[in-house]
Amino acid sequence: MTPRLEVVAVDCLMVRLFDEIAESNMPWMLAASARLKAVFAEHLIDLVPSYTTLMVHYDMLALTPAQARDLIGEALRNLSPDARSVGQCHVLPVWYDPSVGPELDLLASRGGLTVEQVIRCHSEREYQVFALGFAPGFAFMGLVDEVLAAPRLDTPRKRVAAGSVGIAERQTAAYPVVSPGGWNLIGRTPAKLFDRERDGYSLMQPGDTVRFAAVDHAEFIALGGDDTPLEAQA
Amino acid sequence: MSRLLIEASTPLCLLQDTGRFGVRHLGVTQGGAADWLSMAWANWMLGNAPDAAVVEITLGGFTVVAEEDCVLALTGADLGARVDGQPVASWRFFSLRKGQTLALTQPVLGARAYLAAPGGFNAPAVLGSRSTVVREELGGLDGRGRALSRGAHLSYSGLATPRPIPRALIPDFQQDSSLDLILGAQNGAFSGQSLYDAFNIAWTLDSRADRMGIRLLGTALEYQGPSMISEGIPLGAVQVPPDGQPIVLLNDRQTIGGYPRLGALTPLALARLAQCLPGAQVRLRPVVQEVAHRQQVECLRSFLDR
Repeated sequence: MTPRLEVVAVDCLMVRLFDEIAESNMPWMLAASARLKAVFAEHLIDLVPSYTTLMVHYDMLALTPAQARDLIGEALRNLSPDARSVGQCHVLPVWYDPSVGPELDLLASRGGLTVEQVIRCHSEREYQVFALGFAPGFAFMGLVDEVLAAPRLDTPRKRVAAGSVGIAERQTAAYPVVSPGGWNLIGRTPAKLFDRERDGYSLMQPGDTVRFAAVDHAEFIALGGDDTPLEAQA
Repeated sequence: MSRLLIEASTPLCLLQDTGRFGVRHLGVTQGGAADWLSMAWANWMLGNAPDAAVVEITLGGFTVVAEEDCVLALTGADLGARVDGQPVASWRFFSLRKGQTLALTQPVLGARAYLAAPGGFNAPAVLGSRSTVVREELGGLDGRGRALSRGAHLSYSGLATPRPIPRALIPDFQQDSSLDLILGAQNGAFSGQSLYDAFNIAWTLDSRADRMGIRLLGTALEYQGPSMISEGIPLGAVQVPPDGQPIVLLNDRQTIGGYPRLGALTPLALARLAQCLPGAQVRLRPVVQEVAHRQQVECLRSFLDR
């Protein structure tokens, strides 16, 4: 791994660690994040991780671009992946049902599976949170089994219900709030994914791991889920 | 505490401050005044902290009535502001007597006006900021991301220590708009012709423009690099989707994205762009990061030292 540094704005530098999405990137990404936070200290305004990159937004009144480059170099010197620095593990209950997951049948027929097999396949894997983006608390997770991979909808929905769980290519995610969206929906979680009253705000953070657990309708409701069908909310 | 009653507003009239920081990794956007320079001057005139909350009024349609005598400051666009029908110049502080009405009607010059009150307008800080982001349901008067609306009250608690802006420092929105673009990101993967075109043709602002981004219309730019994996997007990033028409990403942009970018506008260029209306023509001018950094630090020090 040879990190590359790119100019991206007056007060931002991009640290490019990898060229491909891979679960094995994560221990490196977490180690680099921790080092960058320590080295920049109070001069770090934001650190934006994505699949293969870390964008460093620093205080330009405190640091020149050259000083920021030096600090990044210092942070990444002799970097080694920290296997212990994995994040939290979450279990997200999901009610998999066509009324809230209208693409369940589509994914089944694409993969030559039954709906039950789709559900098992999605829920038996442990996923990594690669990045948060699109909306507050929206976690891009992966990788889903290739048999479930499916492109985004040709026409995104204008309104996707909060808690909707979807698949796009080999990624899976849950929508924290009602928003437009083009992912293939397979179910709904009652979990509150973004909460301004919670410490850290977002349930999931980059580097965390996630499992989905199938629940039935009664459990979903008991956990506070909203079962209003997608069409009724449109 | 003094109050202003909002008699008219639009979805484009929003409480803003310098924005939300330290939360980008959670997918939370930056927010904040699109023309940060005009906001900074409005606060400076009243002796406010630089991050005091102001009202961003885009295109007009905003009216308030004073419930007590007060001193306010107005900067940014000339939106035809009047107090009880009498014109008031922008880039000034002025008194509003109890019962008087301040109305901003429509764009005369520029697009966004900033109204400041002593100490800043009161609102709860949400994730460290009062900036309104409607899409994320964050900030604003009630903290839930709603635009300012008729019938609501703006309140403030500070004391005015007003001072005028040196005339020479007032930005001139009539001047031609060359926008400095810091070269970077994937700029090396655009065709040579496209890099030439980017900095040599006049770009026209599309009507598809909001606080997330402003699309520029002109020659299609051709990206020749491989398809990208989503990565962090800084303020002012100039991204080029497959149709080749660049989009300048503003305060309410998504936090990560996968379109190639030429680089990013400088903060001063962003302040200028925020005052351009659809149909306006702009030119892009390449600049390197070190030069842009020096310019910006000089500009910020002019506030801090004054």
